[in-house]
Amino acid sequence: MYQYNNTDQTLVDERVAQFRRQTEQFLNGEITDEQFRALRLRNGLYVQTHAPMLRVAVPYGLLSSRQLRKIAHIARYYDKNYCHFTTRQNIQFNWPKLEQVPDILAELATVQMHAIQTSGNCIRNTTTDHLAGVCSDEIEDPRPYCEIIRQWSTLHPEFDYLPRKFKIAVSGALHDRAATQFHDIGVHLVKNATGDIGFRILVGGGLGRTPIIGQVIKPYLEKKHLLSYLEAILRIYNLLGRRDNKYKARIKILVKETGLAHFTDLVEKEWLLTKDALELTEARINTIKAQFVAPPYDVNAADDERFTNAQHDHQDFAIWLEHNTVAHKVSGYRSVFLSLKAPEVPPGDLTDSQLDAVADLADRYSFGEIRSTHRQNLIFADVKQANLFSLWQELTQINLATPNIGTATDIICCPGLDFCSLANASSIGIAKEINDALDDMDYLHDIGDVKINMSGCMNGCAHQSVGHIGILGVDKKGAEWYQLTLGGSSENEAAIGERLGPALAKNEVTQAITTILDVYVKQRLVDESFLDTVKRVGIEPFKEQVYASH
Amino acid sequence: MQVIKNKQLIDNAWQQIADDGEIVEGNISVSLARWRKEKNQLISHKNQLGIRIQPDDNLADIADELSYFQLIELAFPDFADGRLFSHAWLLRNRYAYTGELRATGHYMSDQVFYLSRVGVNAFLPNNPAHLAIELTHLNDFSVHYQRSSLNHP
Repeated sequence: MYQYNNTDQTLVDERVAQFRRQTEQFLNGEITDEQFRALRLRNGLYVQTHAPMLRVAVPYGLLSSRQLRKIAHIARYYDKNYCHFTTRQNIQFNWPKLEQVPDILAELATVQMHAIQTSGNCIRNTTTDHLAGVCSDEIEDPRPYCEIIRQWSTLHPEFDYLPRKFKIAVSGALHDRAATQFHDIGVHLVKNATGDIGFRILVGGGLGRTPIIGQVIKPYLEKKHLLSYLEAILRIYNLLGRRDNKYKARIKILVKETGLAHFTDLVEKEWLLTKDALELTEARINTIKAQFVAPPYDVNAADDERFTNAQHDHQDFAIWLEHNTVAHKVSGYRSVFLSLKAPEVPPGDLTDSQLDAVADLADRYSFGEIRSTHRQNLIFADVKQANLFSLWQELTQINLATPNIGTATDIICCPGLDFCSLANASSIGIAKEINDALDDMDYLHDIGDVKINMSGCMNGCAHQSVGHIGILGVDKKGAEWYQLTLGGSSENEAAIGERLGPALAKNEVTQAITTILDVYVKQRLVDESFLDTVKRVGIEPFKEQVYASH
Repeated sequence: MQVIKNKQLIDNAWQQIADDGEIVEGNISVSLARWRKEKNQLISHKNQLGIRIQPDDNLADIADELSYFQLIELAFPDFADGRLFSHAWLLRNRYAYTGELRATGHYMSDQVFYLSRVGVNAFLPNNPAHLAIELTHLNDFSVHYQRSSLNHP
């Protein structure tokens, strides 16, 4: 994985010093609340319901064991012994003390981490496919381009005060696991007719209160033009994006109001004037690529087949293997999901001792690297099949082997009313209720791939509008209500979920979810997934049953 | 009154003229609107001439007239309005403006480093007490990932 050079390290160290000074100035009353707000947000620091919340960047979801141990240390000494993984592959601490945040950032800098631009109206952390570099459907590993974008966007002087936040996702595979169609800019590595690899650029996608699917602005862009094209889009957005209404300030609204054709025209004109001055050289790409070389795989890894015997002897292991691991491009290896969705645990949370244990397991089983996913789980990307059984045993001991990846209890969930000052309704409690109601693993596995996404407010941090089942918390006269949607997807066949009907009271939500799943079981054809059934039969049969008693 | 120019504190040699203000002797700056209205009189002004740019202004409108100005002021109505950062970049890189480019109004002292990177070389804070702080903030970072506009005027 990418290792900082002197420039990277100096920049992060100087950023810590700058924020330490800004915090002191704020505490001394030398800068205003409003000014400090803008400055702290650009260092990941929110002020929340109970305490500040610090969001730490995990560039494209990649962590080393050393970094994870530092996260454990911070959770232990500066927070309440846990952290939270977000849908943008980042890490959040819910209980830091404002005056200690500069110290936390200094600790992070010692392991090449930071919280730069994890909030605020600027370019955020670039995300990617959690199976980058190890999946078999990949055109090219997207991570070197993510790192190139990370550097270009970090402390970009022109684009730190945009109309609104700005998110970029990169995918290098045929199957889009990075929700690129729902980002301000989506970047796909593609092959053109002559076999050259370049980028397809999407623009204007987004979730939140106005979910919109991104549109193609450039079907094929040569690699050398990546940064100049991004810069042209950002400049047009910075100059023309709406600043009069924060709910209409994202680039998706600009693209919609301008029209894709005219917007494209503006970007192309800008780009033609700047493209030659900002070329990405092949040498530079290769330098970054050299930091993402494959680990030293065992060429004989496929020879050891004892794990197949273990499957016969241990049904629990076999079930876990089927649900929580996926194929690897190298024979004899699999990628292993660590489920952060155990019953009784808020989705995405991990304790300090679990973090330490995961770091140790990563060292022993997966070349010391860990990935975070946008569904709030972790991955060991490179596990030898001979080690799967012992890894499963060890993960079971630390409660990270719940075999529910991709099932109805692998819920994406925001912190909701329990922690977030924006929320209208709680989400963690509902997630727990759903988990309790679906405690029959056989039933869960029979239902198969169902993505439930739940947000506690319109801001949609848990991407409810692209959940196969979306749950949105709304406030109605001071009470918590929940709006359900069906049929959303953030993958290749991107779709925004359709509203099922009137919002439900808090105590009706779990019953509605089980009813929806029952309708699916009755309606499905052989081997038909939940999403396909919803697409085929529409929402009426679901609506009828859910509102039958109303 | 003093300003920062090219990382030095110097006396401010310019007067900002409001849209309803009287044109006085000495170096003066006027808004784009006033320039549009009174260009013919202003070009015969004896001393140097500057123009104030607001975020809403379209630079392309004055691209052919930049040679009249020895000063361009970027007048911040609000520190969060980042359009002036792009205006600065465009003035230096697209329109090859080489005169003084000065931030004024409601920018934040903590923004001077970024402003300097997009080509702003002079700063006139609302509060003169901020001059000393801004001089130090210009050196907040010794490294960067992006090209500087000042190196490519």
